[in-house]
Amino acid sequence: MTGAGAMNRLLAWLSGLLFGVGLAWSGMADPHKVLGFLDVAGAWDPSLLLVMVGAVLTYAVGSRLVTRRARPWLDERFHLPANRRIDARLLAGAAVFGIGWGLAGYCPGPALAGVGLGNGDLIWLLPALLLGWWLAGRGRRV
Amino acid sequence: MTTSFTPWSALGGGILIGLASLLLLFALGRIAGISGIAAGLLPPRRGDLGWRLAFVIGLPMGAALWMLGAGGAAVASHAPPWQLALAGLLVGVGTRVGSGCTSGHGVCGLGRFSPRSLAAVLTFMATAMLCVYAWRHLLPELAR
Repeated sequence: MTGAGAMNRLLAWLSGLLFGVGLAWSGMADPHKVLGFLDVAGAWDPSLLLVMVGAVLTYAVGSRLVTRRARPWLDERFHLPANRRIDARLLAGAAVFGIGWGLAGYCPGPALAGVGLGNGDLIWLLPALLLGWWLAGRGRRV
Repeated sequence: MTTSFTPWSALGGGILIGLASLLLLFALGRIAGISGIAAGLLPPRRGDLGWRLAFVIGLPMGAALWMLGAGGAAVASHAPPWQLALAGLLVGVGTRVGSGCTSGHGVCGLGRFSPRSLAAVLTFMATAMLCVYAWRHLLPELAR
């Protein structure tokens, strides 16, 4: 590996670090707040909506500026999904994910970031999450 | 347990999540989809391991940093183990089959105006809300 590989890792780490700070600050590492948003028939907490608005608007503006460049800073090309087709696989996967998300209030970001908070839920949730990723990945052509 | 609306930290944290995702796009040209980045480590592939692992390690470090700075405490739901394990399994399988989660489809996909991501977000929001409705309102009603 060269120095370029080290820079790649450093910047990826920094991105993950900022993402983790953002998740914790936004309150989304707290499953109660996530479930409070999903519970539209209960005492609804719209915080998650504002997290999404802040993140999506920032990304919508910023990604247009960034992708105007010919290539990213540390790579030869952008690795962006070209698939725009809405198929059964996409919808089935999303539906299953939603059920799991609603069952405990953890999507993948908070499940990984919560390790840094010493969240005891993750002793049970995280191994199952990794198993799910691994199982679903086995049948998948890359 | 009910929580109260926290608009400023939600907006601030959301903008920071957006900026973190932009940094990954700017530097590596990658989508900051957490399920995609982490699941890509199972199994790890040569030449593609370092940046994924670095990002995944950064996440809990960032959360820990925030906790040190803000003095917050860990918040666990203390749901029964079977419920947490089942939730984790469904989230793992679902996000990999559906090619993304709240970050990849939600933040990056919606930010790029991808119709695929919009369809995924609407779908997982709907089933998550239905699940919470069934769990918190329907089941207790039936059990009475």
